[in-house]
Order: sequence, then C-alpha cells, then structure tokens
Amino acid sequence: MKFLRQTLAIAAKDLRSEIRGKEAVNASVSFALVILLLFSFAFDLEPEQVRDISGGLLWLIFAFAGTLILNRSFARELVNDCLDALLASPVSGAQLFFGKCLANYLLIMVVECISLPVFAIFYNVRLPQRLALLFLVMLLGTWGITVIGTMFSAMTVNLRLRELMLPTLIYPMLIPALVGAIELSRVLITGGPLAENLIWFRVLVAFNVIFTILSLALVEIVLVG
Amino acid sequence: MRLKIILTLTVLSGAILAWNLHRIFTQVPDEANQGAIFRIIYFHVPAAITSFTGFYLGMFSGVGYLIRKDLRLDSIAASINEVSLAFATITICTGSIWGRIIWGIWWTWDARLTSYFVCLLIYFGYFMLRRAIDDPTTRARLSAVLSIFACVDIVLVWKSIEWFRTQHPGPVLEIRGGGGMAPGMEAPLWWNFLALLMLSAALILIRTRQEAMKLEIDALRRHAHAF
Repeated sequence: MKFLRQTLAIAAKDLRSEIRGKEAVNASVSFALVILLLFSFAFDLEPEQVRDISGGLLWLIFAFAGTLILNRSFARELVNDCLDALLASPVSGAQLFFGKCLANYLLIMVVECISLPVFAIFYNVRLPQRLALLFLVMLLGTWGITVIGTMFSAMTVNLRLRELMLPTLIYPMLIPALVGAIELSRVLITGGPLAENLIWFRVLVAFNVIFTILSLALVEIVLVG
Repeated sequence: MRLKIILTLTVLSGAILAWNLHRIFTQVPDEANQGAIFRIIYFHVPAAITSFTGFYLGMFSGVGYLIRKDLRLDSIAASINEVSLAFATITICTGSIWGRIIWGIWWTWDARLTSYFVCLLIYFGYFMLRRAIDDPTTRARLSAVLSIFACVDIVLVWKSIEWFRTQHPGPVLEIRGGGGMAPGMEAPLWWNFLALLMLSAALILIRTRQEAMKLEIDALRRHAHAF
C-alpha cells in the first residue's frame, strides 16, 4: 500500500509539473501533427491503401511523439539537482521509476487520443466499429513504449547526447511491441479477422510483463548503482 | 601465458578451418535443390551460434560485474560482445549472399532476418552507450543492464521462428528437431563451430587485454590531471 501511495505521489508530481508547464505534451502533439503532414508528402495513396498501412503510420506517430515525452521524463529532474533529491528521499528506485512510468503513460495516451481522430480526419480513415479493441491495443502498445522508454530515459539522463541516444536505443528494443500493435491496429482498421492475429495480443502482453518486471528489478542499479 | 593461449587457440582454429574447408569443398556433395551455395551454411550457422553464445556470455559477465563490481568483468563483457557483434555481422552477410542466390534478393523483411537485424542494432546501441559514458563504473553498470535487456530480445529472436510466419528456411540441424541434413553433412558444421569458438576466444583475450590497458591509461591520465 505504501509502495502504491509513494508511486502515485511521484506520478502526481510529474503530471502536475506537466500540466503547469505543458512543455512535453505541447511539443509532442505538435510533433505528431508535423509527422502527419510529412506523411501526406511521402505517400500519395488510394483510401484502400491508406487503411492497409494506417496501423504502421499510427504507431510511428505514437512512437516518435512519445519519445519527446519520455526524453523529458528524467531530464526535467536535472535542474536544481532534483534527481539527487528524489534519490535521497525515502522513495525507492522502483517507486520512482513506476511513478514516472504512470505519468508518462497518461501523457502519451493523451497525445495518442488527440492524434488518432486527427489522423482519421486528415487521411479519411473511418475508425473501426471495434473502437474499444483499438483502444485496448493502444493501452497495451503504449505501456510497452512507456516502460522501455522510461527505463532508458533513466539510463541516458546523465549523458551529453541523451536526446540522440534515447531513440537510438529504444526503437530497436521496441520492435516486438510495435510490430504487434501495428498488426492488430491494421486488422482492426481494415476489418480483418482478429482470431488469426491473437498471437500479437500475446506478444504484446508478454513484452509488457517481461520488460516491466525486468525494469523494476534493475532500475535501482541504473539510478543508484 | 596469455600469449601462448592466444597462439594455441588461433593455430588450432586455423588448422580446423583449413581441414574443414578441404572437406566441405572436396568431400561434401552439392545439396539437391540449392547446389554449391548451400555450403555457406557451414559458416552462416556456426557464426550465428557463436554470436548468440557470445551475447549470452557477455550478459553473464555483465551480471558478474553487477554482483562483484570488478571492472575486469566489464572489460570481458565488452570484449565478448564486440567479438559477437562481428560474428553477427558475418551471419547477416553470409545469409544475404545465400539469399541473393536462392531467393534472388539480397534482403527481405522476413521475421527472422528482421529480428537478427534488430539484434545488431541493439548491440550497436550498446557500444554507442559505452562510448558516451566517461566514468568506467557508470559505463560498466549501464552496459550490464543494457546487455540484460538485449539478451531478452535475443530470446524473442530465437523464438521468432516459431511465433511468426517466415520465409527463412526451417531448422535443419538435428539438435533443433530438423533432421534435414544427410548423415555426414552435419559434422563439418559442428567442427566449424568449434573452430569459430576458439577463434572468438582468442580475439576476446586480445580485446580484454586492450580494454585492461585502456583502463590503466585512463587511470594514469586521471592521476596526472589530479596534479
């Protein structure tokens, strides 16, 4: 119970700080819009083809825009040595990590919930009738991005090239989760048979469980030593 | 002593590779469907197994560092991962040459190939991370953690053949339940594996020595700057 309370305190602190400044979410939403614009120049597709690749486009937007939020996650604690203060406080590394994970998760979900309808309008894609399932895929895929991103954000926080290092390190690591989420989103948007693609749900869940446990076990080593 | 071991391993590995090359090109017949190009498997598969073995040993060495905080273990981990990365590159290159002849293309985004490529990118990231950190203990700590994450990804690579549909050939070795090679054709592959393991051990010993010297030079440099 104490674990949860302190974790939520960290998450609330991060969310409050973001709501006041709005720097990461604003940058992330703007970046998502820029990517949406760039895609329109990169592809000149028929509506049918757009639906086929919509899963890939959506998750590229989510992953790229999400990185901006993840990059700020630990970096914002560098000012005034806040990270050292947090580490010195009676909050364990796992609580700090999990709290930041929850805050990042909510922020990335907000960006996704804004990007999804904008994407649907710009590219004339009818959102699937099974919208709840698409939302479930977003919940699962985003947790994968968040947990890996937050862990690597902690690893790269003190590096000079952290803005460069984070995407380089996390995108290859995220491939199984992204592939699963892309496939499921594509199937849901095109109205394909879901039963044949349930393996991707299992891949997503396995990815999330494995890397959440691993991150919680190792984050203390990363942050404290 | 170290030099003697390196020399012995290199000579033995060279001798086995030369003897095996002779066997592969003069005694092993062409494969019925693929012809002569199938012989690339004698280097492709051993290089892949060597790289996988190395990545795991690298991880164990990293975990050893996390437990014992001995920087020599980090040097060993970095050396092993570097040599394994070289063998992984050999695997991708030999596979690509085989694909050009059999599939008519250098590369396809098949699940196993993609996973292997992902694995390469993760280890490129591993060395980028190492280069970006100046403090040896932080470098060792973060590299070890990244190595653990990378090895979990290798499990996905290894299992991907069962999870995903693929155009990569199915398992042919008996040990993986394949049984697709004629008797006598599989033996040179395992000899090549042994030779490549010895070669990688020699290379790791050389790289570990270099890493140890680098640490020593860094320590001397810091000492000099302190004055």
